[in-house]
Amino acid sequence: MAKLIMSLDNAVIRELPLDKERVTIGRKVHNDIQIDNLAVSGEHALIVTILKDSFLEDLGSTNGTLVNGNPIKKHILQNNDVVEIGKYKLKYESESPGGQSSVADFEKTMVLRAPMGGKPPEAPGSSGDTQVRPAAPAAPKSPPPTPAPTAAPAKSTDKIAAIQILSGPSAGKELELVKNLTTLGKPGVQVAVITRRPHGYFITHVEGATLPIVNGKSLDAQAHQLNDHDVVELAGVKMEFFFKNN
Amino acid sequence: MTVTTNLGTVLEVVTATDTGMVRSHNEDSIAADAQIGLAVLADGMGGYNAGEVASGIAVAMLTTEMKQALEHGEPHEIKGVSGEPTAVALIRETSAKANAAIFQTAKSQPQYAGMGTTLVVALFYDNRMTVGHIGDSRLYRLRSETFEQVTRDHSLLQDQIDSGLISKEQARFSQNKNLVTRAVGIDPEVETEIHTYDVSPGDIYLLCSDGLSDMVVDDDIQATLVTLQSNLQLAAKQLVQQANDNGGRDNVSVILVRVLVDFAVPTGWFARFKAWFR
Repeated sequence: MAKLIMSLDNAVIRELPLDKERVTIGRKVHNDIQIDNLAVSGEHALIVTILKDSFLEDLGSTNGTLVNGNPIKKHILQNNDVVEIGKYKLKYESESPGGQSSVADFEKTMVLRAPMGGKPPEAPGSSGDTQVRPAAPAAPKSPPPTPAPTAAPAKSTDKIAAIQILSGPSAGKELELVKNLTTLGKPGVQVAVITRRPHGYFITHVEGATLPIVNGKSLDAQAHQLNDHDVVELAGVKMEFFFKNN
Repeated sequence: MTVTTNLGTVLEVVTATDTGMVRSHNEDSIAADAQIGLAVLADGMGGYNAGEVASGIAVAMLTTEMKQALEHGEPHEIKGVSGEPTAVALIRETSAKANAAIFQTAKSQPQYAGMGTTLVVALFYDNRMTVGHIGDSRLYRLRSETFEQVTRDHSLLQDQIDSGLISKEQARFSQNKNLVTRAVGIDPEVETEIHTYDVSPGDIYLLCSDGLSDMVVDDDIQATLVTLQSNLQLAAKQLVQQANDNGGRDNVSVILVRVLVDFAVPTGWFARFKAWFR
């Protein structure tokens, strides 16, 4: 279960488990987390927890709610986020902070179903009160996945490379290969693509009857890794591939 | 008279599937048949090898049943009183059959208990495409430079986006990505979401499992398709590679379908006559 660790002036005051779907924070006594301080609004903020996600929402408080120093209206809490309400800090720890789950079972898809009642799975959340419960008993048990944003942006190689044209009318021109994919050549005649990948740059034939030539040797249809100062020949134009020094 | 339309010259279809970098086996199943204009992709779930059994049953069932049915009827023909084209009824009936088959297998064999699968199926005919889907496997369309997600996931995350709880941008950071609200073979019955769209020559359709859409952002998928559209085979390979370069946490499967030419069903006697000799 995720929890909040409340502190004031770096002294931990208490641990607050997020054990309910809705946990309210505010100065008034009816709040789940009551903070008796004038900088805190009567109804200050709300945390809605749905399975492994906790959503923090500021309820229009006078002094606002900060997450990691930035004011927010609505925010999905990530492990180790620090929420600031008045002078109080609430550190969010998701259910398995850094816990290594078995990689093979990681993030397996599961089916969500309404608790009972025969009907095919109804969209949870579509009607406010629909209870959501994880899956059929036999569905794979998924250990709490380590918090890590999935669709991470492509981690391309750090070293930036470039192509310099050596022959033909555009001789001397330089093209930095900053995109994941850069196509070279003349559409309809001969085109190759240079892909930027975590472990380097690769050239692959895309279209045309002739295959690209690297250092005087014709490639096959497979991707070919480029090395510093390789000379590529495409549609009769020679160009040099090199890594930029910085 | 049986006229079996052959779309082999109308559609260019390529497929790619990969286990990814983390999983021990591939629970995705795919099949495509350009001749009858069919593409099917399923992402199985369940312990041990149950996932691939479920997705395998779904894909085998849909391809064989549809192929058989299409020998006796054209997908564009209006069937019965419902006013819907045969294609819609076909997708509904065959996916219901696949659901029943998986559900029964899971019930009768303990090692398969609880298995299920997502499904996305597209049938092309008469300048149209009927798409059926269940779960979070997707179909996208690239038309000139516009890249759009055509199907809407049946997932907790999509429900949260729809209800305004989180934005699409925030959704990338959700921990609840792996929860689908609908799947084939989990319940005795399942509703397939079915829609029909017009297609035009030059369109490229992408069917994929969440192993692609969770690992590669839409903008990068689009860039790859736009850049490599002259070589679909390479584009498919590149998409799989991008998912793996980003971590490859799940099986990744893609089917790409390019519409090469207009393929309206000839109407009028002369057109039919001409078609006969084609």
